[in-house]
Amino acid sequence: MAFSNVILVFMISLQFGMYGMMIDNTLALFTGHLQVQANGYKDDKKIRQTVPDAAALADRLSETIDGARVAVRANAFALVSSADRSFGVQVVGVQPDKEPGISTLPGLVVTGSYLQGRSEEVVIGSILARNLKVGVDDELTLIGSGKDGSFAAVVATVSGIFESGIAVLDRNMVEMPLSLFQETFFMGDSAHEIVMRMPGLDDVPLAVSAVSAALPSDQDLVVHDWDALQPGLKQAIQADIAGAWFMYGVLVVLVAFSVLNTVLMSVLERTREFGIVLSLGLSPGRLAWLVMLETALMAILGLLLGVLIGWAVTAWFGYAGFSYPGMEVMADKFNLPARIFPQATMLSLFLGPGVVFVGTLLASIYPALRIHLLEPVQAMRAA
Amino acid sequence: MTAVRCIELCRTFIQGDQKITGLDHVTLEVEKGEFVCLVAPSGGGKTTLLNAIGGLDRPDSGEVWVAGKRIDQLSKGALAEMRLNNIGFVFQAYNLIPVLTARENVEFVMQVQGRPAKERRELAENVLAEVGLTGLEDRLPAKMSGGQQQRVAVARAIVTRPAMVLADEPTANLDSHTAEQLMELFVELNRTHKTTFIIATHDQRVMSYARRIVSLLDGRIVKDQQQAT
Ligand SMILES: Nc1ncnc2c1ncn2[C@@H]1O[C@H](COP(=O)(O)OP(=O)(O)OP(=O)(O)O)[C@@H](O)[C@H]1O
Ligand SMILES: [Mg+2]
Repeated sequence: MAFSNVILVFMISLQFGMYGMMIDNTLALFTGHLQVQANGYKDDKKIRQTVPDAAALADRLSETIDGARVAVRANAFALVSSADRSFGVQVVGVQPDKEPGISTLPGLVVTGSYLQGRSEEVVIGSILARNLKVGVDDELTLIGSGKDGSFAAVVATVSGIFESGIAVLDRNMVEMPLSLFQETFFMGDSAHEIVMRMPGLDDVPLAVSAVSAALPSDQDLVVHDWDALQPGLKQAIQADIAGAWFMYGVLVVLVAFSVLNTVLMSVLERTREFGIVLSLGLSPGRLAWLVMLETALMAILGLLLGVLIGWAVTAWFGYAGFSYPGMEVMADKFNLPARIFPQATMLSLFLGPGVVFVGTLLASIYPALRIHLLEPVQAMRAA
Repeated sequence: MTAVRCIELCRTFIQGDQKITGLDHVTLEVEKGEFVCLVAPSGGGKTTLLNAIGGLDRPDSGEVWVAGKRIDQLSKGALAEMRLNNIGFVFQAYNLIPVLTARENVEFVMQVQGRPAKERRELAENVLAEVGLTGLEDRLPAKMSGGQQQRVAVARAIVTRPAMVLADEPTANLDSHTAEQLMELFVELNRTHKTTFIIATHDQRVMSYARRIVSLLDGRIVKDQQQAT
């Protein structure tokens, strides 16, 4: 029982750690923890809805918000053409020196290299590269419309090809230096998003209010946290949580049954002894009470041991990280952390063992009731 | 005053499709302070009768009264309480608690009664000395001979100075010297504490101490005679 409690504590803590990591990994790829945008841009991405003087504002924010990494982005739709093909894509202007701080995408370049700071270069997704039949150092033409609605076009060299594993990005995205973007699409010094990444997911709520406070009041800018930016993410995780709870439920029921079996066996085993003490004048009620007390003590011991050892194991892996075979390879491929850090919270520590504790007490009721049916003479005759 | 009154007790056991007579219309009255021997051949119903008197087994019909109270209808809890405070049992099969030492076995009943540890210890040591087991207090039953276990069982039955002792073949495994000592102890208790004794036996030595001998055969009382000691 103590053992199963240890497992429960560790599993639930690991699970919590995993959800945190899943969310964070998803956000780390591109979205970031929070973004500053023009009011309304999130729901209707018009190129006109800009953040003015974005780079300067970003610098100010990175100074005022502790531990935040900040980068500026601008977005537009364009038609990209190689020698023989054309596709519609999303063009993203990024700050090549700052983008790696908020996005893992720069680390996912599989051929060539990320933006080098040359003036007319782009990186594109692997599927797009295949569709366009282009490789590194090939030239692409991008045609779209600028901020003021006028015709915008640029020719740029492919410096790198990334592979994120996310089809939408690999098929539809082109990244170019922000300066080239601003020039091409007549943006001036404005952009569309200031993307921020905090040290941890837990820091986001505080950061949101801090950023809101730091925004210039004369412009119509808003802060969106990751939940607003990626509404599906939390639901997906919650669906997974529901599945996990079911698994833990099954585990708890199994433990309860094994306890029931143990207690029942320990009662049956001692039928003769129980017969003796009953015949000597111990009342069945008191004997049943003693058996329940015995089980309760066992359960308390199991609870304490389970929580203590579970907490220790979780704390160790929380410090050292937990990885399973094959995880490193995956992590390397997707430019993600190779370890999960289980989170020991009050909930993860006590939830499993607590339910097992209650289950144990409930499971001891039936054997205790059986004692009332015991006939001393028959019981003593039992071998 | 009447210690035990049995009226028309019947008890049959069903084993497979066979009916076995345990008690057959047994009517018996024992006064407080009597020293009675139940004598019967094996299977005659001695144990069954003692169990009925001690409230360990419910008769099929008839009434059992102990110390002026009818007990055959009582709940298990009430019966346990009655045994705890009024009756000392010496079982035919000793029925010691195997995981407890001699001393702990003797102390057990007092513990259930809720007596303080010091008093328990003192009384247990005294009574173990009385039955001649000094030095064996801390032995487990499995490490004792049949006779020694039987004496622990006797010590356990008399340590609380109950009003009545029901003893089932208490001398079956004792040599004649030890058996004599034990009977002297019973007689002494009977004299000084007015303890009622009902002893099931087919041991001639035991019968010679009894003032009354009740003979059973196939669950029926066939003879009930007083004798001088
Ligand atoms: N629980 C039981 N189930 C079935 N038969 C029983 C039970 N208890 C006693 N009997 C039967 O009832 C009869 C009387 O048994 P009892 O134990 O009272 O005899 P006894 O005089 O004590 O014999 P012994 O000297 O061998 O101890 C016997 O035939 C016995 O087999
Ligand atoms: Mg018998």
